[in-house]
Amino acid sequence: MERIPILRMGNFLLVTIQVDMHDKLALTLQDDLTNRIAEVGAKGVLIDISSLEIVDSFIGRTLANIASMARVLDAETVVVGMQPAVAITLVELGMSLPGIHTALNVESGMEFLRQIVPDYREKDDDGDYTED
Amino acid sequence: MSELFKAIQQNRDSILKEWLDSIRAASRRRDLIDDRELEVQTSEVVAAIVDAPAGTTLQDFGAPGWQPLKDLLSSLSASRAALGFTPSETALFVLSLKPALFTIVREQAGNHAEQLFLGVTTVNDFVDRLALHTTDSFISARNQVIARQQEEMLELSTPVVTLWDGIVALPLIGTLDSARTQVVMESLLQAIVQTNSRFAIIDITGVPTVDTLVAQHLLKTITAARLMGAECILSGIRPQIAQTIVHLGINLSDITTKARLADAFKVALERTGRSVTRTTKPAGSVATATREL
Repeated sequence: MERIPILRMGNFLLVTIQVDMHDKLALTLQDDLTNRIAEVGAKGVLIDISSLEIVDSFIGRTLANIASMARVLDAETVVVGMQPAVAITLVELGMSLPGIHTALNVESGMEFLRQIVPDYREKDDDGDYTED
Repeated sequence: MSELFKAIQQNRDSILKEWLDSIRAASRRRDLIDDRELEVQTSEVVAAIVDAPAGTTLQDFGAPGWQPLKDLLSSLSASRAALGFTPSETALFVLSLKPALFTIVREQAGNHAEQLFLGVTTVNDFVDRLALHTTDSFISARNQVIARQQEEMLELSTPVVTLWDGIVALPLIGTLDSARTQVVMESLLQAIVQTNSRFAIIDITGVPTVDTLVAQHLLKTITAARLMGAECILSGIRPQIAQTIVHLGINLSDITTKARLADAFKVALERTGRSVTRTTKPAGSVATATREL
């Protein structure tokens, strides 16, 4: 089955959507991502949708849902690289995605995450934050 | 009635002469077109009438045989529109053909009142249709010019200017309607992507009125920009418009609004970690410089 890869970068999870999103894929991503957040204790999620050309209300709602779920799991979500056409479509659909952080590209998205996640530290080799 | 048509064909030169005479009598626009060009045009039109293929009648203006004449009149009226003739002057040019044709009808009919009446009606009808066709093409040529100008105006009216690295401004001038707002929205969002700008300043100093529709369009643009990761600052709201916005109950509380474009620019600079400082004392002119923090 088709899956969207989720990469881990320290405390953050990186998702790059490079295929056309269909409903099932979006739900799979939602499932996988929430599991991963809980598994690695991620503090931030970055979703790159710069290759996404077409959205519908379901995809928009799934994005909003993912952000809300991530927040419940103590992780902030930032959506980066939205195309103008996609943004116009979402606004025309009445979805302003109020709970979602946005950024122009991956670089500024990562910078933003580092800013809003205050105690950004790499875990030690033994998997905790202690110095020893 | 083909006899009348035959008579017209035989008297082509006298028709041409009489037509030119009545044009010269009626028209006062020698400044716009010279006599030689006028002669060329009239002889072309007369030739198109006379050389109409066999079987074409004066009564049936829709016949395919008259197509060359119609095309000729269309191009004539288009060129006259460009020269600055009025529609009535252009129509008068064709209508002046009537006296010349009436002369032919009278010569041909002699004392037969019935035939004279029939001939006059036919010629009258024919020339009127020619004139109407000319006016139609004149107006359609004008409409094309207007449509092209509208398109150009739409493109010209939405310039997105880069104020600084990562800061673009959109100075809006004129009334915003749905079609224009769509263009504005698209060009702003495209500019945000192209210039990789985190801040967009929408200046509405030049927008005369803001109603609910315009406000909704603005809010949509700002939301779309936010979805792409850019922040919008609204500037140049005049007191009148501020009153209207509050009276209409439009909620702009989520949006940063500034009085002047300069203030909005300053906010954008501050948020990108820059500040504006004066480096030297003003000597005649005020010198300011932007310093990166």
